Amino acid sequence: MTAQNPVVSMTDISISFPGVKALDGVDFRLFPGEVHSLMGENGAGKSTLIKALTGVYTVDSGRMTLAGEDVSFSGPADAQRAGISTVYQEVNLLPNLTVAENILLGREPRRFGGIDWRAMRKRAKELLTGLHLDVDPSSLLGDHSLAVQQLVAIGRAIDVEAKVVILDEPTSSLDADEVAELFRVIRELKSSGVAILFVSHFLDQVYEISDRLTVLRNGKLVGEYRPEELLRIDLVQKMIGKDIAVLDDLERRTHSGQSGGDLDGERPIVSAIGLGRKGAIEPLDLDVYEGEVVGIAGLLGSGRTELARILSGVDRPDTGELRIDGVSRRFRTPRAALSARIAYSSENRRAEGIVDELSIRDNIALALQADKGWFRRIPKKRQDELAASYIAALNIRPANPDALVRNLSGGNQQKVLLARWLAVAPRLLILDEPTRGIDVGAKAEIQKLVANLAENGMSVVFISAELEEVLRLSNRIAIMRDRRLVADIDNDDLTVDSLLAVIADGSVASGATS
Amino acid sequence: MAIATAPVASPTRRAIDRTRGVFTSPKYGPVLVTLLLLVAIYAIGGARYRGFLSGPVILNLFVDNAYLIVLAVGMTFVILTGGIDLSVGAVVALSTMIAASLLQSGTSPGVVIPVILVLTSVLGLLVGLMIHVFAIQPFIATLAAMFLARGLCYVISSSSISITDPFFVAFAQTRIPLGGGMSITPSVIIALLVVIVGLVVLQFTRFGRTVYAIGGSEQSGMLMGLPVARTKVLVYVISGFCSGLAGVLFTFYTLSGYSLTAVGTELDAIAAVVIGGTLLTGGYGFVIGSVLGVLVLGTIQTIITFEGTLSSWWTRIFIGVLLLVFIVLQKVLTARRR
Amino acid sequence: MSSILTHRLFWPVVMLLVLFAVNLVAFPGFFVIEVKDGHLFGSLVDIVRNGAPTLIIAVGMTLVIATRGIDLSVGAICAISGAVACSILLGSPNPGSVGTVVTAVVVAVAISLVLGVWNGFLVAVFGVQPIIATLILMTAGRGVAMLITEGQILTVNSPPFKVIGSGFLFGLPVAVLIAALIFTAAAVLTRRTALGLLIESVGINPEASRQAGVRSRGLLFTVYTFSALCAAIAGLVLTSNQTAADANNTGLFIELDAILAVVIGGTSLAGGRYSLAGTLVGALVIQTLVTTVYTVGIPPIATMVFKAAVVTAVCLLQSPTTNAVIASWRKPIAARFRKAAV
Repeated sequence: MTAQNPVVSMTDISISFPGVKALDGVDFRLFPGEVHSLMGENGAGKSTLIKALTGVYTVDSGRMTLAGEDVSFSGPADAQRAGISTVYQEVNLLPNLTVAENILLGREPRRFGGIDWRAMRKRAKELLTGLHLDVDPSSLLGDHSLAVQQLVAIGRAIDVEAKVVILDEPTSSLDADEVAELFRVIRELKSSGVAILFVSHFLDQVYEISDRLTVLRNGKLVGEYRPEELLRIDLVQKMIGKDIAVLDDLERRTHSGQSGGDLDGERPIVSAIGLGRKGAIEPLDLDVYEGEVVGIAGLLGSGRTELARILSGVDRPDTGELRIDGVSRRFRTPRAALSARIAYSSENRRAEGIVDELSIRDNIALALQADKGWFRRIPKKRQDELAASYIAALNIRPANPDALVRNLSGGNQQKVLLARWLAVAPRLLILDEPTRGIDVGAKAEIQKLVANLAENGMSVVFISAELEEVLRLSNRIAIMRDRRLVADIDNDDLTVDSLLAVIADGSVASGATS
Repeated sequence: MAIATAPVASPTRRAIDRTRGVFTSPKYGPVLVTLLLLVAIYAIGGARYRGFLSGPVILNLFVDNAYLIVLAVGMTFVILTGGIDLSVGAVVALSTMIAASLLQSGTSPGVVIPVILVLTSVLGLLVGLMIHVFAIQPFIATLAAMFLARGLCYVISSSSISITDPFFVAFAQTRIPLGGGMSITPSVIIALLVVIVGLVVLQFTRFGRTVYAIGGSEQSGMLMGLPVARTKVLVYVISGFCSGLAGVLFTFYTLSGYSLTAVGTELDAIAAVVIGGTLLTGGYGFVIGSVLGVLVLGTIQTIITFEGTLSSWWTRIFIGVLLLVFIVLQKVLTARRR
Repeated sequence: MSSILTHRLFWPVVMLLVLFAVNLVAFPGFFVIEVKDGHLFGSLVDIVRNGAPTLIIAVGMTLVIATRGIDLSVGAICAISGAVACSILLGSPNPGSVGTVVTAVVVAVAISLVLGVWNGFLVAVFGVQPIIATLILMTAGRGVAMLITEGQILTVNSPPFKVIGSGFLFGLPVAVLIAALIFTAAAVLTRRTALGLLIESVGINPEASRQAGVRSRGLLFTVYTFSALCAAIAGLVLTSNQTAADANNTGLFIELDAILAVVIGGTSLAGGRYSLAGTLVGALVIQTLVTTVYTVGIPPIATMVFKAAVVTAVCLLQSPTTNAVIASWRKPIAARFRKAAV
């Protein structure tokens, strides 16, 4: 295989967005007839690389060749004409049209200048049969399961005589049988000489299907590997990396004092019993005690965010129960969780966190005000005090309560959000990736804050892709893998390596379980 | 396997399942409901009033509503993309004014009609560009067009202008006999031609399928390499053209131009399209459904005329109730599928 | 200086001043206000009085639009409330008594509140898009109004009722006082309570608001009901001014004028930050435009062409495309300034 020439070769690719270097001198190659997995956590540059390849973004520098010729595409349609097809995570097809149209629209067979529906159905049927799919081509796409829609999308991708098919997280909403079906189709494609670029968060799937792996981290290339030569634990380590930020001022806390022994008599403030939601997390048990920081570690897509959303009433569980102070509660809305003083800070700061056209003051007061109701308005003076105290405490810049949150940097937006949740004085604060995409200084400040909050008796669930951060802050660490809680360990003598082992293999080294 | 095979069932059982499948499909369900509704209204009318089911009564539905059918076809294109066109009533009025005033000044009908069609298409083009290039909501852009068209009517003349042009008069009086003492106007033929063209374009051209694609998901359509931008502008051109043509047909019908004519017609057109089973958020619907929608509206009006004691305002109330029913129906059908 | 230029009310106010200037040139007596029989008279007073119904409705519309919604049914509600009031007055043996008028007004307002709750129900509970939900009532509402008036134009002769639309109190037109009252009530209710903040928050980012515990359902019910209340009052003012309920023409197109006033006032149709002061300016711009067209001697009917021009201009100015173009011009200029400053 290596004797061949790569069908795609990207050399020294760089792309910058305002304030971010999304790709920094990355090399990537793809050979015909191979499945090549692109690995990396959030912000590693995976989707940027794919968008560069398909012409959604223009590269600042670097060289791209397809079948040996220099190329640069003006958009996905252009890339598709050249033989690069993409299948996205959320199926980007049209549920209101037929399966046949979804496969062939844009290059539909014609007769007398119009669409030849019979020929179209026939061609679609042939193609579907080629994929061993028994689907009526004239049925509506939206009537089929997501898995079938995904396979139809692949059908569309390969009908264009594709040289390269990009599968961007195709398995994230499929069950095991459906994944097996998808892999069968992928193998068939591979044997016909198509190069496949595969992105998935599920390590088992990556190891099962890939011939080669490329790992990115923070927009830089970590390396290209063969799966048989790379242990899972090493892969995870390469994806997550070591935290380079030196945070001397934050001393590692002693955990044994608070947790461990004397917890036995205490009752957890929040406990999940068999809590699960289809397509999000498998039923799991988890307790959170007062003044404790529970870290949740796991790769992207492992269910860590989904767990947080269910705990905080953003999504509703289908199974199990949630007990607050031993009393079973059903949160139908985040509002209900908030009134039980459980606050959730979303990982998706922009879409679910900040209200960007409002001022810092309004954003900080929002949750508290929502709790108080319409008519018990927080007096202006109190709002100012609130804003001033949090601006000072969290070092929010600009220190102007009237500044629109839209104009703040990511780190400051995050601090405003933290202030919003702290203002309601939660008993349990769930922080989902609070330090992602913010600068080192702000990161250290937020970590210090979390430590202080716990010391003052607040319970914190801390979710982060950075294991060192989780290790540094948590009394206890719950590890998620493939939507399951695989370990719940006291953070006494854990190391990044021991965490990595669990994340990679799902098994807990003996003696580490609590 | 991802595909479940249905257990073997009796033929009747399967027929019932299939029927239920068709009726609950967001694609066919509402249109079928409209068809049943139309049949039901006819049946009620036929049972209550002598002569209701006669050929002339049915044909008169087409004669009276030829212009509305044309409007509804144009509106179907726009609504299928998830847009809306509030300007059609005003553009109809503007067309009647242009026709009447140009004919009054002695311009030949051979010039007048093309001028109207070109002008209204250009107005549609401008609206489409506002919507696509400047990302202005269709509601507002077509509202501006409505103000403009209505205002231009008054600029031309605030009083009614009657038409005495021999061609227009001849056209208005022509009746095409269908035998049995029944006849239709040439306008009906034109309206039906428009329906056929609309049907073919939506069903058999890439442009037509792109109209549906935009209503389904504009972004997906773009990623699939469909000509989204061009199509989005063109539907407003089509709606503009149809409004112009409807205006011409309306002039044949009334033989006059008047600024205040067709006020609220945009609501009738939108109602006909929605009652005809087209989803207001776009993506599902048929031209033929909109024709059925117009016929439902027309039949209700006829019933109210036959009833005599029922007053005309019931029409509006019925339309509102039907709108509600269909919006709820669509909401239920699409929610179930998600 | 730049803070004035970028203030959201800058362009609307400029537009209003330009219209005033045109009037002053065409009609030097424009700003003269006379006192006759203890009442104020003059062009400015006329503008404010004739613009009152639009302003009243626009105040309700502003809050609806701030939640990312729209209310198309206000014109129909105007007609219904006028029809209800007039038919009660006509049905009463003593239409001139204050008690009858109060009953008529209360019943008309109460019925409109029910209609507002209906709109709110469709939007908040059923999740129907606002434009579609209110279209239903827009279509059926005039039919209902005609049902109430039985297709007649109901002319009433009731001096107390006439006061609402054309009376004077403390030298000022009652209609203007009513508009001022509603405007102030809305401003106080939304800015002195937390309502305004929560409405804006839901309009800007519904999901973030949900996660922050904001109850959007109640808010939606409230704004649609308030909008219907405003429409009902505007309908009473219009009907009283004409001393007749005309189901076909009372409040015809007033929803469009109200939306236009809101948009001119700088509240985006995409929801979020709203400005009641902007809406006030917007309503004045529209009414001044109508008056100007009169005074300048253009046939009054052509007003709609000007409205079209104003809508288009405002929308194009607010469009993201235009903003991007302007930003790309500004950047090099700003950079140059910065360099000069360093």
